[in-house]
Amino acid sequence: MIAGPGTNRDLDVRQALELAGATTEIVLASELVERPTLLDAAGLVVVAGGFSYADSLGAGRMLALDLALGVGDALRRFIADGRPLIGICNGFQVLTAAGLLPGALGHNAQGRFDCRWVVLDPVPESVSIWTAGIDDPIHCPIAHGEGRYVHPDPDALHAAGQVALRYRSTNPNGSVADIAGVCDPSGVVLGLMPHPENHIVARQHPRHSRGGGGAEHLGLRLFDNGIRHAKGL
Amino acid sequence: MADRHRLTIRSIDPDPRGAAIATAAAHLGIDLASPVAVADVIHVSGTLDDDQRTRLAGALVDPLLQHGTWQSPESDGVEITLLPGVTDTAADAVLHAARQLDIALDSAANARRIEFEADVDAALADEVVRRVVANAVIERWGHGVVDPPVLDDTDNHPTAEVITIRGLDDDELIALNTERSLYLDLEELRVIRDEYERLGRDITDVEIETFAQTWSEHCAHKTFRALIDTTGGPDGPGQVLPLLAQLRDCTDAIDAPFVRSAFVGNAGVIEFTEGTTIALKAETHNHPSAVEPFGGANTGVGGVIRDVLGIAHRPVAVTDILCFGPADLPLDDLPEGALHPRRIRDGVIDGVADYGNKIGLPTVAGAILYDPAYTTNPLVFAGCIGTAPSRPIHDGPFAGDRVVVLGGATGRDGIRGATFSSATMDATTGEVAGASVQIGDPIVEKLLIDALIGAEDLYSAITDCGAGGLSSAIGEMAEGIGADVDLDLVPRKYPGLAPWEVWLSEAQERMVIAVPPEHLAALQARCDRVGVRVADVGVFTGDGRLIVRHDGQVVVDIDTTFLHDGRPQRRMTAELPAPNRTDPIGRHVIDPAATILALLAHPNIASKADTIHRYDHEILGATVVRPLIGAAADGPADGVVLADPHAREGIAIGIGVNPWYGLHDPEAMAFAVVDEAIRNVVAVGADPDRVALLDNFSWGDPRRPSTLGELVAAVEGCCAAARVYNAPFVSGKDSLNNEYVGADGQRHAVPPTLVITAIAHVPDADHCVTPDLAEPGNVVILVGRTEVEFAGSHLDLVQGAPDAVGLAPAPVPNAPVMYRNLHAAMRAGLVVSCHDVSEGGLAVALAEMCLAGRLGARIDTLAHDDLVTALFSESCGRLVVEVPPASVDAFMTIIGNSAMGNWATRLGVVTDDSLLSIAGIDAITIGELADAFNGDHRAGAR
Repeated sequence: MIAGPGTNRDLDVRQALELAGATTEIVLASELVERPTLLDAAGLVVVAGGFSYADSLGAGRMLALDLALGVGDALRRFIADGRPLIGICNGFQVLTAAGLLPGALGHNAQGRFDCRWVVLDPVPESVSIWTAGIDDPIHCPIAHGEGRYVHPDPDALHAAGQVALRYRSTNPNGSVADIAGVCDPSGVVLGLMPHPENHIVARQHPRHSRGGGGAEHLGLRLFDNGIRHAKGL
Repeated sequence: MADRHRLTIRSIDPDPRGAAIATAAAHLGIDLASPVAVADVIHVSGTLDDDQRTRLAGALVDPLLQHGTWQSPESDGVEITLLPGVTDTAADAVLHAARQLDIALDSAANARRIEFEADVDAALADEVVRRVVANAVIERWGHGVVDPPVLDDTDNHPTAEVITIRGLDDDELIALNTERSLYLDLEELRVIRDEYERLGRDITDVEIETFAQTWSEHCAHKTFRALIDTTGGPDGPGQVLPLLAQLRDCTDAIDAPFVRSAFVGNAGVIEFTEGTTIALKAETHNHPSAVEPFGGANTGVGGVIRDVLGIAHRPVAVTDILCFGPADLPLDDLPEGALHPRRIRDGVIDGVADYGNKIGLPTVAGAILYDPAYTTNPLVFAGCIGTAPSRPIHDGPFAGDRVVVLGGATGRDGIRGATFSSATMDATTGEVAGASVQIGDPIVEKLLIDALIGAEDLYSAITDCGAGGLSSAIGEMAEGIGADVDLDLVPRKYPGLAPWEVWLSEAQERMVIAVPPEHLAALQARCDRVGVRVADVGVFTGDGRLIVRHDGQVVVDIDTTFLHDGRPQRRMTAELPAPNRTDPIGRHVIDPAATILALLAHPNIASKADTIHRYDHEILGATVVRPLIGAAADGPADGVVLADPHAREGIAIGIGVNPWYGLHDPEAMAFAVVDEAIRNVVAVGADPDRVALLDNFSWGDPRRPSTLGELVAAVEGCCAAARVYNAPFVSGKDSLNNEYVGADGQRHAVPPTLVITAIAHVPDADHCVTPDLAEPGNVVILVGRTEVEFAGSHLDLVQGAPDAVGLAPAPVPNAPVMYRNLHAAMRAGLVVSCHDVSEGGLAVALAEMCLAGRLGARIDTLAHDDLVTALFSESCGRLVVEVPPASVDAFMTIIGNSAMGNWATRLGVVTDDSLLSIAGIDAITIGELADAFNGDHRAGAR
């Protein structure tokens, strides 16, 4: 897990990864810049959510600058090797700002931070290894103020199999074409605004006591996929 | 002088901030026909060539979202810049980006540019900016292209002044008190004068500010420690123990096995599960929030999080209870110099959300109250709980330990906050108090958490830098042991600070720890890794003296025993209230169904979804019962429950507050809000025998005997309730002098506002209970007795109170037994849903259960012969439960199984017809209930 000053969902992600069978290490971007070889030891990399550098001047941009200038090449090699990389919330913003994923994340259309549970439909045509084989919708919360996905040509993106997740029924932030998550052309890099790491056990679902949620709707399955892919390399 | 450059950044899609400004203005009756545009302006100074400007813009502007230009705009606009010294995280980010790009910058500043259409003249633009955009306390603005103010105090090297105090008579002492805004009592000034006459020297400005801070109401709780003579009591004149002593004695008497630390240090500590402890604390930040709502609330949250960090626990959740004036107050009715309640509310909520969301803690429990009395005195209560593996509480510092300051640099922010908070406000407060307002930097505090959690073995004592700054933090740590510190070693934001300013500054995000010399290197390494500044500013000496140096001069030399014990105990007079306890008076309601809808739509009861969704209540993945629950996630929960994903046990948080009862019977009010807080945690499945309490009093000027009398009565109510429920108080905070003297000379005081926070143990977080009705055919049962108690009720708030109001809700001595039985029934799995009965009475509780579950209820029996009393009385100790038919007998046996009789009434059944049908009144559809409850807020109350 790569963290910057203000990354704050790293502990949530750690719980998800470890439940999915991974061993985890949190590495600060500054440490990674000093020792890019730390990436060699990683089978899978997560850029976790939060407010890196307080999101001043645009969510994720300063951390993106650190990574792009400091370890851009190493990250591109990591991806070229087919090793899985995921950016969640602020991590998604970082990966787009760093040019590792297409598009950008703007201020929510309603102009405010919003925290609520949403339903995500995996896009069957997607080439993402993270959502592959997941048919049931994923239930998990969003918690962001800059989650409006912007892309000049969402249809082309879909045609390329890079639209991985869409908001079902309610689009909470005005994202183009209800897009909640996108991947790189190879499918090993996923970025999404919602927080699958906050739905790893059934009890976390708001309606669990009334039969809501359930194993088939866990966000944990994304991490299962990523880890399975990493182990298969 | 390097060149100045300005990068103006505009959003490609409409910037939502523009619409927000127009909406906020419209709410104040200022209608802007044309849209408002907002741009960000980045000012940098340095020698930059075009290539460097292009690369810098490339890092600061996202071409898919924004346009950036180095050209100064031609169009007219109002530009808003921060005053010198105000925290500017955006500027820090620019400097960071420049460093990464190897671009040398001398300085950076960030500004906002508001652009109006031509039809808005300069005067109107000013009005809008002043009312809804900028705040003169921390910002300045002008028309056209405005350069940021540059702070140039480089050549200014202020030193400590010596102030003549020896030989001053009372009038001269009072003059000194006013001149330096010390807010000390004359008796206290005399004691200080006599001490310095004994020492044979005059006092330095740093010393006198140290006394003003240490002996301030805010830090010394002079009223809660005062000797109080009472009049008007049933047995005539008398005397009561100091209020703080009463609360402590009560906790000692209860002697709960789970209490680890009560009323000492930064927060209370209780045992949670085997090997785990919980720290809990709630604070007020009222005065700062009144003059700068965002910064006041923002730093209020930051401060209470530091309190928990300051007792070596990892913060895990934040709570907030907010009291505002009416959001629809006409501008003409707004007292001179006060901000509009809507402006205050929006700023406070932004401030709470900004801090909690950015530092990464769930903001889970809270309340929002509206009353005209809060218009000029908004109240902001922020709470925090933390967890830690059980370990001995740090018992240092010890002689030889280093005095180490961690975190942010010190600036001229928050000067005299402690004394300011102890004063009454008036129309000029905004200006004079400017310096006592701070803007927080939650990321710096997040890094402090990262550095300090896990470092518990590297320090012998820890405290946070809050009100009073280093003076308070180091002064308190040095009590009895002494310290010798050098202000020149304290990191500064900018030069030119006077020694007393460095010592008193309340610059945020700082902690002070006592570090044994052998651990300094390890601590430095931890802090370097995460990027926390470490300053070793001195040593704890062991000689009991507080020595502070500046420029090689000793500017403070005070015996810490005199500093902490030399203050004369206040002696005060309280005129005890004589509430009506004997004559119940009922109410008449013409249309009960319409009244139920009116109650649901009342701002105090209506949905707070608009606010709740602004807070991240999911982070850490431990939120099991959320503030909003039910079929459409729009029903109000009672308490919230936190439990780690794999843990069986959980923590319940409940809040009790009701100032309206306090207007009629402060003692009964205190009992009622303790009962409400406990009822809220019991309702979700917490164990009533494992509850700890926090008290937060926000009161008017206690020097008014009637006001102090209400405080004395409330404390007695607190202690009585704590004993009855066996629920100890482990920490608390009082905020007094919440008064405002209008330009008309009129005093406006807050109603007696006591917030009780209950933290309780949930034995089985897998089976928490929520208020949403679950299954048609299930039986609806009321637990508890209903009496004719309407004084301070919300029925009176919606339809007006009669001249004779009758009784406020009275204590229910049987409640603890009832709650224990209800908990047993829950553990036995007999209870499907449960909701506490509070504001608006049974009718509102039933309505909320229906709308939460999107199911109907048919109520054919009521618990009182008088329909209005049965539906709208607010008697304490009541809950509504849903029980499957097959479990009703078992439930009745458990709940009624007591010598005190049977308190359960079978009201009716859950239905699938989407109607709340109560015998004797018109049926109401779930749609009508939901619209009344959600209406204004769903429309977006901002």
